[in-house]
Amino acid sequence: MRNPITSVRLKSVLEQLATPFVSVLLAFAIGSIVIWAVGYDPILAWTSLLKGAFGDARRLGDTMLRATPLIFTGLAVAYGFRAGLFNIGAEGQLFLGGLSAAWLGLLVVDLPRGIGIAIMLVAGALAGAAWAFIPALLKARVGAHEVITTMMFTFIGRYLVSYLVTGPLKAEGQIPQTVKLAPETMIPKFSETFGIDFGRAHWGFVIGIAVCVLMWWILKYTTTGYEARAVGFNQWAAETGGVSVSRTIIKSLCISGALAGLAGVVEVIGVQGRLFDQFSSGFGFTGIAVALLARNNPLGVIAAAILFGALSAGAGTMQLEADVPQKVIFIIQALVIFFVAADQIAKWVLSPFKRKGAENA
Amino acid sequence: MASPLLELRNITKRFPGVLANDSVSLKLNKGEIVALLGENGAGKSTLMNVVYGLLSPDGGEVFVDGEPVELKSPRQAIDLGIGMVHQHFMLIEPLTVTENIVLGNEPTTAGVIDIRKARADVVEISERYGLAVDPDAKIIDLPVGAQQRVEILKALYRGARILILDEPTAVLTPQEVKELFGVVRQLVTEGLAVVLITHKLEEVMASSDRVVVMRDGKVVGETKPSDTDMSGLARMMVGREVVFRIEKKPTVCGDTVLNVRNLKVLDDRHLEAVKGMTFDICAGEIVAIAGVSGNGQTQLIEALTGLRKVEEGTISFLGNDITHSSARQTIDAGVSHVPEDRHRRGLVLEFDLAENMILGDHRKPPFTKRGIMDPQAIAQITEERVEEYDVRSPSIRIAAANLSGGNQQKLVLAREVGRNPELLVAAQPTRGLDVGAIEFVHSRILAERDSGKGVLLVSLELEEVQSLADRILVVFEGRIVKEFAAGQASDEELGYFMTGGGGTKLTENSDTEGGESNDA
Repeated sequence: MRNPITSVRLKSVLEQLATPFVSVLLAFAIGSIVIWAVGYDPILAWTSLLKGAFGDARRLGDTMLRATPLIFTGLAVAYGFRAGLFNIGAEGQLFLGGLSAAWLGLLVVDLPRGIGIAIMLVAGALAGAAWAFIPALLKARVGAHEVITTMMFTFIGRYLVSYLVTGPLKAEGQIPQTVKLAPETMIPKFSETFGIDFGRAHWGFVIGIAVCVLMWWILKYTTTGYEARAVGFNQWAAETGGVSVSRTIIKSLCISGALAGLAGVVEVIGVQGRLFDQFSSGFGFTGIAVALLARNNPLGVIAAAILFGALSAGAGTMQLEADVPQKVIFIIQALVIFFVAADQIAKWVLSPFKRKGAENA
Repeated sequence: MASPLLELRNITKRFPGVLANDSVSLKLNKGEIVALLGENGAGKSTLMNVVYGLLSPDGGEVFVDGEPVELKSPRQAIDLGIGMVHQHFMLIEPLTVTENIVLGNEPTTAGVIDIRKARADVVEISERYGLAVDPDAKIIDLPVGAQQRVEILKALYRGARILILDEPTAVLTPQEVKELFGVVRQLVTEGLAVVLITHKLEEVMASSDRVVVMRDGKVVGETKPSDTDMSGLARMMVGREVVFRIEKKPTVCGDTVLNVRNLKVLDDRHLEAVKGMTFDICAGEIVAIAGVSGNGQTQLIEALTGLRKVEEGTISFLGNDITHSSARQTIDAGVSHVPEDRHRRGLVLEFDLAENMILGDHRKPPFTKRGIMDPQAIAQITEERVEEYDVRSPSIRIAAANLSGGNQQKLVLAREVGRNPELLVAAQPTRGLDVGAIEFVHSRILAERDSGKGVLLVSLELEEVQSLADRILVVFEGRIVKEFAAGQASDEELGYFMTGGGGTKLTENSDTEGGESNDA
C-alpha cells in the first residue's frame, strides 16, 4: 500500500534533480568546446578547477566562504518565487542587513559572543524585511510590480550605505568604510574552531545550511509555507480557500527580504568586519541564478550555492595551472543559467531515458 | 462505391500508463454527421488529435479518400482537407474576423497582404455556408457563438472537407447551440463530413446521423439516433444504467439558512452587476439561480462567499450578519463554495490531492496545530474522502492537474461537502462533466439537501436546474425577474424570462423601487 506512493515520490524527486544536473553537465560540455576552441586543454582546466575548489582544506574553505552569502541570497529569491514573487532586490536588502550589523557590532561588544551574534542576525533579518516591506505593501495594496519596486529600493539602499560610509559612519582615515568590528563580535572561523586551516571560511556557512533546512520545513509543514505556495501557484484558488492574498504577499516578500538581510550580516560579521561601498559583489543578483538552478527548492539552494562558490573559488587555480583565463568561469555560469532557464533542452536530452523508464514500468 | 472520405483502421495510441486508443476503427462518409460519444477520458480527443496530426499513433492507419496517409502535423492534415475546431478557441482577440480567418493563408499581392481580397473571400464563404459574421468585427467584441463560427470559417477557408468539432457546445447558450446545429446541417448538405466530439446525449440525438460510442479507449458500439434513445446511449457510454431524473423527496423546509436583502454588488469594471437581489434559502432546500451567463451570477456568488465587496444590502447566515465577512470568515461560519471555474478558483492544480483537500481548512485542527501541519492527519482524511467521493487517482500525492475534469470536480466536491457546511453554494457544478459524473454530483448535492442543509445552485443548464431545484429564481441583468416552484415552469418559460422576456419595462420600474421584481 505504501510502496506505490513512495516510488511516486522518489520518482518526482529524481525528476526534479535530473534537469538541473543535466543543465550543469551541458554547460560544462559547451564550456569544454569553448576552451578547446580557443586553444586550451579542457581536461586540465576542469581538473585544476576542481583542485582549486576542493583540493585541500584551505581551498575547500574558500569555496564555502564564497558560497555562504549565495546560500542566503539564493534562498531569499527562491522563497519569494515560491510565493509567486520575483524579489530582484535581494541586493538592497543585503546592504541593509549589512548596515545593521556594522552598526550593532559596535554596540554588542560587551555581550557574550553568541548572544551578540544572535542579536545581529535577528536585527539584520529585520532590516532586510523592513527594506522589502514597502515594495511588499505597494504590491499588495496597489499592485505595483515588485520587480520594479525592489530594484528601486536596491538603489536607495546602496546609496544610503554609500552616504553613511563616506559620512556619518565613516571610520578615521582615507578609506570610506565603517569602524572595524572587534574580533570577539565576529562569527567564529572554522580555522579557530577546528584548528585546521580552512582559510577565511566561517560558521555562517553552517548557519546558512541550517536556515535552508528551516525554510524547507516551513514551506512544507507550516500554514505560512502552505499559504505562500498556494498564492504562488494560483492566487484565485488561494483567495477562495480563505487565504488573504495581500497578507501572504507582504509576509512572503518580507521573509525573502529577511533572508537577504542575513546575507549582509554574515558578510559583515563573518568576513569583512566592517561595511564599505563595495562589500557585496552582486551577491543579491547571483542569488537569482542560484535560485533558478535550485528550482526554488531550499535544499537545492545549498547545492547550487556551493557550485557557484566552487566555480569562483577554483577559477584562480584554473588560470594558474591550465592557463585558462578566469573569465571562462563567467561563461560557465552563464551557460548553467542558460540551460536551466531553457530547461526544455535538458528535458529533451533526458527524454530517451524517460521513455525507457515508462516502458519498464 | 466511393471510398469513405476518412477512414481510421486500428488506431492505437499509448501514453505512459494509459492505453488512450485501443485499436480504434472509424469510417466517415461525405455528407454525414458522426457523433463521437464518450465519457471524459474515453479517448475521443486523442483519436481526433491523431487525425489532425497533433499526435502520432503507435499503431494503425489513416486513409483519406481511400489513400493511406501519414499525418505528422496539422499542416498536413489541413492540406488534406481536415479542419478542427478546438474546445478552446485559437483566435487572436485583438485582430478582426477577416484577419483571423486568413491567418496562415493570407492572399498576397507582391508580398503584401491583399486584405480587400481576404475580406471578399470571407464574405463569400460565410454567405455560401450560411455562417453570419461581421468580417470587420474584432474577435474580442464577439460573443462566444460568433467566435465559434469564425473558427469554423477558418477551417472552411483552408479548404476543409472534414470538420472535427471538439465539444463545440460546451460554451454556448441553448440558442447558440440550435444555430450551430443548423450550420452543421448546412455544411453536410454542401458535401462536407462532420465529426462531433461530445459527451452530451441530447446533442447526439438532436444532430447526428450516426453515433460511435467510445469507452476506455475502445469503440464499444455504433448506432443511429433513430435506433436508440438517451438511456440506451448512456448505457453504452458508461457501461451501466444511468438515472436521469433524480427521484426527489418533497422538501421539508426548515429554518432560514441564508437571508439576502436588496443586495447590490459591482463587477470588476465598477458597474453594478447585482442590482438589488432579495431571497431566502431554508434548511433542506435547493434554490437554483437560472440565467444566461453574465447576468450577475458570478458577482452574486462572490459576494455571498466573501470574495467580493457588497455595496448595499445585507447577507445574513443562520441569523448572523456576514455581509462584510472575509472569505475565511465565511468558510469558518459554515458556507462551502464549489466555484464555477474549478481550474481558476476551485483547485491549485500544482498541489497534490491532499494539499487541495485541506484548502480552506488548512489552519484548523486536526490538519494544523499552532501553525504546523500534520501530514498524517491530512493524508488520512484525504484518503477517506477520496474514497467516499470516488476520486480516481493512483495516489493522493499526484498533482490535481493530472486528474480528469470529472475527478477534479469530485475532488472539489469532496472538500466542500466533506467540510460539512450549513450552506453549499454550487456554481456550475457539472460543467464539462459526463453523465456518470453528473449523476454522482447531483446525488451528492441532493444528499446535502436531504440532510437539512441549504443549497444555492447556480447553473446555466436548464436540465440541471429543473431536475434539482426546489425553487427557481430567474435572473436577468442583475435582478431576480421571476420565481418558480419546482416543476412549475417549462424550459420555454424559463428561457423566456432568462432572456429578458419579462420585459424591459420591468427593469426600468424596479430601478426606482430598489430592485425587487414586481412581476411576482
